[in-house]
Amino acid sequence: MSQADPARASAPSEYGERLLLEARQDADINQAVLQPMLQTGRGFWVLVTILGALVAWGLYAWGYLVYWGIGASGKNRPVYWTLFITTFVFWVGISHAGTMISAVLRLLKADWRRPITRGAEAMTAFALMMAGLYPLIHLGRVWKFYWMIPYPNNRLMWPNFQSPLMWDMVAIFTYLIGSTLYLYLALIPDMAMARDYTGGWRYRLYRALALGWRGTEGEWHKLHRALGIFSVAIIPIFLSVHSIVSWDFAVTIQPRWHSTIFAPYFVVGAIYSGLSALASILVLVRRGMRLQEFLRAEHFNALGRLVMIAGMAWTYFWFAGFLVEWYGNEPVTRELIRQEVAGHLAPLFYLQMSANLIPVGLLAFKKVRTTPVLLLAATLLVNVGMFTERALIVIGSLQRNDMPFNWGTYHTTWVEVSIVVMTFAGFALLYALFSRIVPYVPVWEIKEGRLRYSMRRIGRLLVPTAAEIE
Amino acid sequence: MAQDVKSSAEASPRWAMVVDLDRCTGCQACVIACHAENNIPVVGEEQAAYGRWMHWIIIQRYWEGEYPNVKARLMPVMCQQCTQAPCEPVCPVFATYHNPEGLNAQIYNRCIGTRFCGSACPYKVRTFNWFEPEFPAPLTEQLNPDVTVRSRGIMEKCTFCIQRIRRAEMDVKAEGRQLADGQVQPACVQTCPPSALVFGDLNDPNSQASQLARSHRSFRLLDELGTDPAVIYLKGGETNVPG
Repeated sequence: MSQADPARASAPSEYGERLLLEARQDADINQAVLQPMLQTGRGFWVLVTILGALVAWGLYAWGYLVYWGIGASGKNRPVYWTLFITTFVFWVGISHAGTMISAVLRLLKADWRRPITRGAEAMTAFALMMAGLYPLIHLGRVWKFYWMIPYPNNRLMWPNFQSPLMWDMVAIFTYLIGSTLYLYLALIPDMAMARDYTGGWRYRLYRALALGWRGTEGEWHKLHRALGIFSVAIIPIFLSVHSIVSWDFAVTIQPRWHSTIFAPYFVVGAIYSGLSALASILVLVRRGMRLQEFLRAEHFNALGRLVMIAGMAWTYFWFAGFLVEWYGNEPVTRELIRQEVAGHLAPLFYLQMSANLIPVGLLAFKKVRTTPVLLLAATLLVNVGMFTERALIVIGSLQRNDMPFNWGTYHTTWVEVSIVVMTFAGFALLYALFSRIVPYVPVWEIKEGRLRYSMRRIGRLLVPTAAEIE
Repeated sequence: MAQDVKSSAEASPRWAMVVDLDRCTGCQACVIACHAENNIPVVGEEQAAYGRWMHWIIIQRYWEGEYPNVKARLMPVMCQQCTQAPCEPVCPVFATYHNPEGLNAQIYNRCIGTRFCGSACPYKVRTFNWFEPEFPAPLTEQLNPDVTVRSRGIMEKCTFCIQRIRRAEMDVKAEGRQLADGQVQPACVQTCPPSALVFGDLNDPNSQASQLARSHRSFRLLDELGTDPAVIYLKGGETNVPG
């Protein structure tokens, strides 16, 4: 008796997280996911109104910019690119975590990914949509944007495939299409589930999106194959996107941009900021949608650890790049580093360094990783740091160049800030609406994961078992 | 036809500008001439101070020494018409491209305003139309009909007065002659009072520009970047030219 007790007692504490949902019926889980979608409180609509107003104001600012010209932003010579490109890089970076979580972790069969894949994939899609706006917004003549698209025309005019901006466009469109399909594929069984439990316009919407899913053995087989193929195929795309974004800078001979380490440095930075953004969003959505049952300490712990590792990798790449530039001691680079360390860029530089490095230390503590408020604070800090880092790279570097006569400064304007705020609000708005229309937690993945773990009695012992699921 | 193309490529001039820093007095006449010739708008003091001036050629001034022993060093800088131009490969729509004569051509009505060329240019000689260009009342009467008046949102830069090159070429072709040295003169060269600017064909070893380019005083801006510019500077007496 006294020997059997520790075995029983240790089972819930060690495996309890995975077995938590075991006792619940499938229908319970369905309802637990569907109810927060269907019951939206007043707070949600207040939020949507505020976000909508910010987006509307941003659209007005964009209209103002188009009407008067790019001069309405704070750009000048030599600072030809400013907050728009900074925020573009930021959003592309955010978009990386979705694939990181769902594709890489799916391939690695990491079980803790299950409840958070949908939220991550949606983040990818919406962040890419926001990123995709900037190459348009920053154009001097946005009404001619289609000249960048390779379309057949009677003058045989093609875009320049040597230009990194072309690569950018190709990579971002590929990634957007790929990640949207990936999001949708994994959504089909849940659409069918939602179809079976709702009525009215929701029923009609879900019926259309479920594509007649019935849950037969053959359908599941095809879905798993498709997801397997997509998981593998999307990883090179996800690596290429931020590499290409980095080449927008690295292919020029602008000091501080012309660097071979930029591609992996940007990719690592993107994963760092993307995973952090995901953690922040999960904390917020969990609270807003009362999903405490699905998004638990276990998941935040694993995600926080991943953020910490990405942060360490970012630090390493930053140091490797900085060391070489500093040691190289080329005159303009030296001047730029001087401005960063002790000049007019110093506030940004130290903000960047502290906001990127402190969370790495904080996340080393399990208490920080598993306490939602602390995790939110740490990960928001990371994104403050990563945004500042991009601003330093884009705006900071451009202020100095090989001809001291052409050195310059930059002051932002309300137009630029409004448009940047517009994309943040737009992202939040799309995400909020998405979470009310689509089951935020992938129900079928959770049920599948639940099937893996069970407590089985072998002789007198109660043993946790995990089944292999393909 | 193919024969024509080949022979014209062989005979194609390599247009170059020689800037004698010893002769430049910094009078800015070239800047004014360029504005008048190329329909360049004047943006006003406030915009210019914020780095939005539109001059295709500008007299860069560097101070040397400590007060009271201060010297002003003056250096006219225009588009360097690089052979390996950093601005060209980055344009997504071919608005800037290399023409057969080795000039960096800028096609205004193809430009969509990504400003990538401006970020890539190490000389920062490209200027952007931040707002719709304005030409106050009498200036509209003297716009050059040979040059496009640009709209807002596009890049522009020194073209070596390509409209003058084309006009001279057409004139001599009509008369059945060859271009003579000095027959093509960009507005800045024509105007420069001390003749600090000389324009000519580097492929013609006897042109004045060729001869000056062979001077022991010659150097090119940021030559170490490997852009192979077509603007050749001649060092001033004790000039220590930055770059």
